[in-house]
Amino acid sequence: MRGLLALAAVVLLAPLALANNYHYEIAILVGLNAIVCVGLNLLIGYAGQISLGHAGFFGIGAYGSAILAARYGWPPLASLAAATAAAALLAWLVGRPILRLRGHYLAMATLGLGIIISIVLTTEDGYTGGPDGMSVPPLAVAGFALAGERAWYWLVGVLLLATVWLALNLIDSPVGRALRALHGSEVAAEVAGIDSARHKLLAFVLSAAIAGLAGALTAHYAGFITPGKATFLHSIELVVMVVFGGLASTFGAVVGAAVLTALPQLLTVFKEYEMVVFGGVMMLTMIFMPKGLVPTLAALAGRRR
Amino acid sequence: MSGELAQFLLSGLTVGSIYALVALGFAIIYNASHVINFAQGEFVMIGGMATVWLLAAGLPLALAAVLAVALAALVGLLLARFAVQPARGASVVTLIIITIGAAILLRGLAALVWDKRIHALPAFSGEAPIALAGATLAPQSLWVIGVTALAVAALWGFFNRTLAGKAILAVSHNRLAAQLMGISVQRVLLVSFALSAALGALAGILIAPITFTSWDVGVMLGLKGFAAAILGGMGSGPGAVIGGLLLGLLESLGAGYVSSAYKDAIAFIVMLAVLMLMPGGLLGGRAAERV
Repeated sequence: MRGLLALAAVVLLAPLALANNYHYEIAILVGLNAIVCVGLNLLIGYAGQISLGHAGFFGIGAYGSAILAARYGWPPLASLAAATAAAALLAWLVGRPILRLRGHYLAMATLGLGIIISIVLTTEDGYTGGPDGMSVPPLAVAGFALAGERAWYWLVGVLLLATVWLALNLIDSPVGRALRALHGSEVAAEVAGIDSARHKLLAFVLSAAIAGLAGALTAHYAGFITPGKATFLHSIELVVMVVFGGLASTFGAVVGAAVLTALPQLLTVFKEYEMVVFGGVMMLTMIFMPKGLVPTLAALAGRRR
Repeated sequence: MSGELAQFLLSGLTVGSIYALVALGFAIIYNASHVINFAQGEFVMIGGMATVWLLAAGLPLALAAVLAVALAALVGLLLARFAVQPARGASVVTLIIITIGAAILLRGLAALVWDKRIHALPAFSGEAPIALAGATLAPQSLWVIGVTALAVAALWGFFNRTLAGKAILAVSHNRLAAQLMGISVQRVLLVSFALSAALGALAGILIAPITFTSWDVGVMLGLKGFAAAILGGMGSGPGAVIGGLLLGLLESLGAGYVSSAYKDAIAFIVMLAVLMLMPGGLLGGRAAERV
């Protein structure tokens, strides 16, 4: 709980350092990505199942809510809920056959799924506006539109804290212990009476639903959505945030999302070198600190004491 | 045979040959090290882009192509030595991220060193189409199919007739036993990366006159070669060739008769179906000789 309080303090105090709307925008993007990463970390870090297709669920949330609100006139809260449910439903349907696969094969299957979703979003331009994207109505509750960077900041901040709280509780529950057990050894977990298929599916569906919700929120916040957010590359970015921050560390996921979302925004001077730096950071992190930033730092701090 | 069908089959075989070469690259590295090299597509890009660049510098096409293949092989060596070897024994997720990082790094370097425009290589022997079974065939397609067949035959010879090739096969069958027989597993890893990179670059050069090349051409070609490797059975050499050709045909027929808008999705739908229904692929389940 100490960690959660510390995170709450950061969310509360951060506005003191945010000087203008652009800073708030970065903070909101950090928060939204952190929400996705905390969910994805449940799947990759705790259950030990990789997904290279979570941008697909993010895209389904974003486009689902955008299409229902913009083209069918749904109230945004309803479209948000429906799009999140759609992402979860798809994860549930494909999760059963896909999660029987392991390691490389699971990576490939989720990769294929993500790419198919992104191709559908780009091709069905009657609904999605194709590669040009589409505009999304603002988030409104009972006629009051949620507008302005500050209002969004508090909404995303509260949601991030709620997601982290949910994740921390889940990890400490019997379900979380089961997930960690099957990460260690699926056979041993089965022998101990854990229904590994059901638990893997649960982590997959939960992480997909969280990605879908964050996608829908991102679409309503930005007011515009393009298929770029649903591509293979974005799936990779999400996984890298989780791994860079530290697998099986909820706060690691938050830190990873914060560093890798904020850095490219602050280093726009180096726009040309962005890919070289990003690729290089990925490789160096994995070679020299495969456990990720937060666990590595925690181990260093522990050794000094 | 109707002209239309013949046309689809011919273009399917052409692009399928390219997928086969990329899939072979995946298979060779996978067998030697159990790493799936997500940077395989970037070798295809390096082949095409380096040839364009050397050609522009005034070199003759044949020399430019040979140098481009050599450059890709060198990049493959460096990747194996400085990124994969230090992480030996790491988890699957770690290795996947290292090779994806390498792919992004190489793509970024290509955009920096060369440019972000789309380039075309001239066809190797003219553009005059050849009429065949009611369809027309570009001479470049013959080059693609012919060189691929030669490369496959050369690989077969390498793995079955030379000591170096047999050493790689031995490592893929049983790493420890191979090591005890005095085979340097490190060297096998390096050779397999260089060989895969050269194959990928060859594919990139062959296809550049038909589908053009650019700094980001490796993403789709790499992922489709990967789908072909899965279809044939990961780690199977003959499977990679069959998977590549079959995938090229399916894609070409699907684009022609079903939906051209979803052409790029076909490979991934096939891949997903194979993974769900028969994860071993067409030839992977059998204990066939692995290339």
